Amino acid sequence: MDQGPSRAGQGRSGLALDLYRTMRRIRTFEERVAELFVRQQSAGSMLHLSIGEEGAAAGVGRAMVEGDSFTTHHRGHGVFLARGGDPNRMMAEIAGKAAGYCGGKGGSMHIADMALGHLGANAIVGGGIPAVVGAGLSYRRLRRPQVSVAFFGDGAMQQGILYESMNMAALWRLPVLFVCINNQYGMGTHIDRASASAAWDERARSFGLAAAMVDGEDTLAVYDAASALLAGARDGIPGYLGVSCYRFHGHARMDKSPYRDAAEEEAGRRRDPIARMANRLRGEFEVAGAEIEMVDAAAAAEMDTAMTFAIQAPLPEPAAMFTDVFAPDQPAPRPVADRIAAALGES
Amino acid sequence: METTYREALRQALDDAMTADSAITLLGEEVGRYGGAYGVTKGLLEKFGKERVIDAPISEAGIVGAAVGAAMTGLRPVAELMYVDFIGLAMDQVANQAAKIRYMFGGQIGVPMVLRAPCGTGRSGGAQHSQSLEAWILHMPGLRLAMPGTVSDAYHLLRAALRLPDPVVFIEHKALYVRKGELDTQRMDAPWGRAIMRRGGRDATIVAYSRMVHRALEAAEALAADGISAEVIDLRTLNPLDMETVSASVARTGRALVASEGHLTGGAAAEIAAQIQEACFDWLEEPILRLAAEDVPVPVSPALEAASVPTAESIARTVRRMVHR
Repeated sequence: MDQGPSRAGQGRSGLALDLYRTMRRIRTFEERVAELFVRQQSAGSMLHLSIGEEGAAAGVGRAMVEGDSFTTHHRGHGVFLARGGDPNRMMAEIAGKAAGYCGGKGGSMHIADMALGHLGANAIVGGGIPAVVGAGLSYRRLRRPQVSVAFFGDGAMQQGILYESMNMAALWRLPVLFVCINNQYGMGTHIDRASASAAWDERARSFGLAAAMVDGEDTLAVYDAASALLAGARDGIPGYLGVSCYRFHGHARMDKSPYRDAAEEEAGRRRDPIARMANRLRGEFEVAGAEIEMVDAAAAAEMDTAMTFAIQAPLPEPAAMFTDVFAPDQPAPRPVADRIAAALGES
Repeated sequence: METTYREALRQALDDAMTADSAITLLGEEVGRYGGAYGVTKGLLEKFGKERVIDAPISEAGIVGAAVGAAMTGLRPVAELMYVDFIGLAMDQVANQAAKIRYMFGGQIGVPMVLRAPCGTGRSGGAQHSQSLEAWILHMPGLRLAMPGTVSDAYHLLRAALRLPDPVVFIEHKALYVRKGELDTQRMDAPWGRAIMRRGGRDATIVAYSRMVHRALEAAEALAADGISAEVIDLRTLNPLDMETVSASVARTGRALVASEGHLTGGAAAEIAAQIQEACFDWLEEPILRLAAEDVPVPVSPALEAASVPTAESIARTVRRMVHR
């Protein structure tokens, strides 16, 4: 297993510590996003936190390699961070600032970074899934070794576009991996009330995909399953990975989860991939508690900086609204005010 | 040389694919079958199955895959067998392709072309005969071409395949067999510019796609009555060249917009509103719209033909405007 040159020789424990660090960074980032909202510094309240789901993002993200591309659902901060997203620019985007990844035009639900292969977060459930089929077509045609990965929630398991995409990926043997982060809830509806069957790996296999289901609390297991499926996808056997977890908080910031009882939430929050990994680090991998605390402290400092950066960053200029509809050298939309002035003979 | 609208489209794809190896066709029946209307015939044999991809009947998947391919190095041409099927793919068209450059702050564009035939004339009924350009026109981020002539079929498609943004390219199915002149080295006007197809003094008929021909027929009939009608072919609806249209209406003082889309909320309404804004001081008469009736397209030839503007209804309407 390639741990990168700096961790050579550290093997499984180096990987475990890495995964822990990524998960801690994600959780701390999400906590600062929540704080950004409370301080009324976020752009709106449509912020979907992935707290409790860090195992999926970290495990799959770590198994991907440079050049692999991906799309995410609306709850995708964690995946992006796991793939190298810069917390400053992410937080700035979430705050609608010019320094954000998308200049403040995309926000939390449409964050993207072509340099890191992030083909975009999507606010339409399932909307970003077929793009990875297209990326797979490109990679095969252009003889590139990459895989494209679609991350989505359990809600997308009930969308038709997923099955069109699975069929095409399998039919054309594309380097594609479908990753369902199953946090049990599509907004307020539990999967038991949304899906006639939860044997989603069977659905995937019926299309000819390689499929696995793993417990998202066990991040190393997620990593191992994703690594195997990514290797297969690179050889033209597209895959499906279901990662089960529990969404610790509400759907978005305004949602207090009235549809879940306290006992369920308490039990769900015990399925904590970070706590579990910390225990394994201290036990099985014999990592000193102080080292883990250093990781936590570094994440806190990093995300505090990101939050401060986002708060202090300037808003975009109003004229920025009219750029990027089309390419810069192409005719742009005419502002309403200009059209009215022209009609009234003022210009 | 004289050729057909269908052959001009095929030639455009052939020449573009020869010039740009990133161009890849994706759609139902585009390969072995050669396209439901024969536009892609022979391209599979020439360019191979990696560049001419027969897709399952999955319109959303086809357009969505084209979006992803366009973001990762290919220049896909996705085909819908009928524009009526765009409803199945509308999220990928309107929420993905149209918005990706903007949502992502200009990081990347979606250089793809979505081809689809529209229009009445084959008794195809309510789900195979529509003209849905208004759905596209309404959406920022999409270019929209609707060629009416053989030359534009070729040149607008070639131009669309060089643009950095998504283009919806709507062909009229009744025009596929229409013959006309094509000089592959010479375009009637640049992409995005409307063109005067016939000069006139008394009224301006604004049209696009098949309605250009009906407008020209109407102008011919009107000339016999001593009425001189100018015909403007928009060619592209986004960009919409109102400069050419307004210059014409400012001279004639009368404007009729002819469209095969439904009247209410249609493309003709937008064009009429823009003429009104630009030409209010020059207008002699109300701006009128001739468009498809606000009914689903009926099958019976008697009903279908009567549901859309004809050369006769265009001529009759202009005559009434001029003689009012």
